Amino acid sequence: MDLAVMDLGVLGVVTDQVAHLRDKIQANDLATDTMWVVVAAILVMFMQAGFAFLEIGFSRQKNVGTVIAKILMNFSICAVVFWAVGFALGFSGDAGSIIGNTGFALNSDNVVKDFPGLAFSQVGLSGKWFFEFVFCAVSLAIVWGTTLERIKFGVYFIYAIVFSAIIYPLIAHWLFSYGWLAADLGSQDFAGSTVVHLTGATGALAVLLLLGPRRGKYGPDGKPNVIPGHSMPFVGLATLILWFGWFGFNPGSTLSALSSTGQNGDIRFADIALVTNIAAACGVLGALATIWLKTRKPDIGMACNGAIAALVAITAPSGYVNPWAATIIGFVAGIIVVVGVLAIEKVLDDPVGALSAHGLAGVWGTLACGLFTDPTLATLNGVGEGGLVYTGSMDQFFAQAAAVGAAFATVFALSFATFFAIKATIGLRVKPEEENYGLDMAEHGMWGYPEQFMPVPGYEYHQPAPPAGRPAPRPAPIGLGASEGMP
Amino acid sequence: MSETQVNKIEAIIRYERLQEVQDALDEIGVSGLNVTEVKGCGRQKGYTEHYRGSQANISLLPKLKVESVVAADLTDRAVEAIVAAAYTGETGDGLLFVIPVSDVVRIRTGERGVDTIRHQMPAGWGY
Repeated sequence: MDLAVMDLGVLGVVTDQVAHLRDKIQANDLATDTMWVVVAAILVMFMQAGFAFLEIGFSRQKNVGTVIAKILMNFSICAVVFWAVGFALGFSGDAGSIIGNTGFALNSDNVVKDFPGLAFSQVGLSGKWFFEFVFCAVSLAIVWGTTLERIKFGVYFIYAIVFSAIIYPLIAHWLFSYGWLAADLGSQDFAGSTVVHLTGATGALAVLLLLGPRRGKYGPDGKPNVIPGHSMPFVGLATLILWFGWFGFNPGSTLSALSSTGQNGDIRFADIALVTNIAAACGVLGALATIWLKTRKPDIGMACNGAIAALVAITAPSGYVNPWAATIIGFVAGIIVVVGVLAIEKVLDDPVGALSAHGLAGVWGTLACGLFTDPTLATLNGVGEGGLVYTGSMDQFFAQAAAVGAAFATVFALSFATFFAIKATIGLRVKPEEENYGLDMAEHGMWGYPEQFMPVPGYEYHQPAPPAGRPAPRPAPIGLGASEGMP
Repeated sequence: MSETQVNKIEAIIRYERLQEVQDALDEIGVSGLNVTEVKGCGRQKGYTEHYRGSQANISLLPKLKVESVVAADLTDRAVEAIVAAAYTGETGDGLLFVIPVSDVVRIRTGERGVDTIRHQMPAGWGY
């Protein structure tokens, strides 16, 4: 009798402790997942610096300050609009739907079940919003790569609102939030080769067609002239910043650090980091090899474009393929970007190569899922099936092609209409004399590099006069004969 | 002032020979000169720039233009000094012109004539 009472007492204590420990482990799991998602989002946020300096490096010295103003304003507009409208349209709503319908102006009243598309992660809505917002901001930044050195500043403002409210959320809903493409067709896009990069590049194409080339890009005979960017070191720094940020972009798209199945071996984000890095490395090699065959020079800009194109291409398959496939996806992306830049330059003036690096590589990456997706990983992610090399079936490839076609057509139509309306009202392009003068001065009233263009107080350095009564100092002798003295 | 007491020497030289030219002029007592960055073409060929797979042929090459106004009796020595200092033997060493100058005025003092540019120990610092 005594024994039984004591046993029950001990059991009660043990049960309490087990419950307490279970709560504690769950809280730690949630904290771990949230930590990873927020850190990954911060990495992606830093990619704005990469886009800024990529564009600055590929611009001439008279058009550099404007890029900073643009990046900051776009990021800020996107933050407000995506919070007020974009996140609700993009990520609420049932599986298979066209667009979301609840969660406008996200606040603490909103509950996770309003956003079933993101329910695979236990992270709170604030973390999910932050992560999805920085993706939208990256996509928006890509749009302007084709418009450098000639677009009116006001255009950024208007299109940023439309893009963050409607255009990006539509495509994100279809593929990231189990909208009709992901749920009904099984189109795979792990981190956004289509949603982020093809969307941005399609907007870039729409505006470029209405905007036209920079003055002097094409001669009277229609042949393209070289307009070199002013800083290859900035381009290289930007490429490395983007590569760095991509470790938030792809591995962060797990939206959790821990395994969904409870198996330690299924913790995915490190695998995705590996796949991402392998592809980027092969992209550099592919681009260098291709440009070497053409010009016998390891082109600096092309090496950078190769890395970015491969990162774009591996974005969709990063959660679906194994490292061996990443080598092929990356290398082919490197080839595609060089061939694409050379071909596109003959007809369209794309100073940074956004159409090739984000557009063509985005299409290739999305289609590559249809070739290389591992069926095990497709099951784990719960979207689509294995690719051609595993299943021998083209089904997944066609699902990917449908996603590319639907996203391209939708984004192009909406973007073209928006830019067409802007062109018909306030105009897209600065005046020719303003373009000659440079956007820094014409649009912002200040130079990015003032001393290149105007005398500045304190421009000339004078050594202070020596104290009275002491001999004047002589400069250190430099070069031949300097120490011989004067006659 | 009578003519050709003062000459201007205008030399187009390579960037990397500037220090030698300056030192050589200094040795013979020519301490004033102006240097301008110029771009031009002559017998030296240009070069081809490769940029993202496209080629740009650059025919104008960067050079320095050194201008110095010297007294007529120093002109020959100054010309020899510059030629010796700027010489490398490769195409593209540049050209040198001697141009007569009709007058010289020092703005600070108002003095005129050839003595204005005679070398003196600098009143301030350095050369």
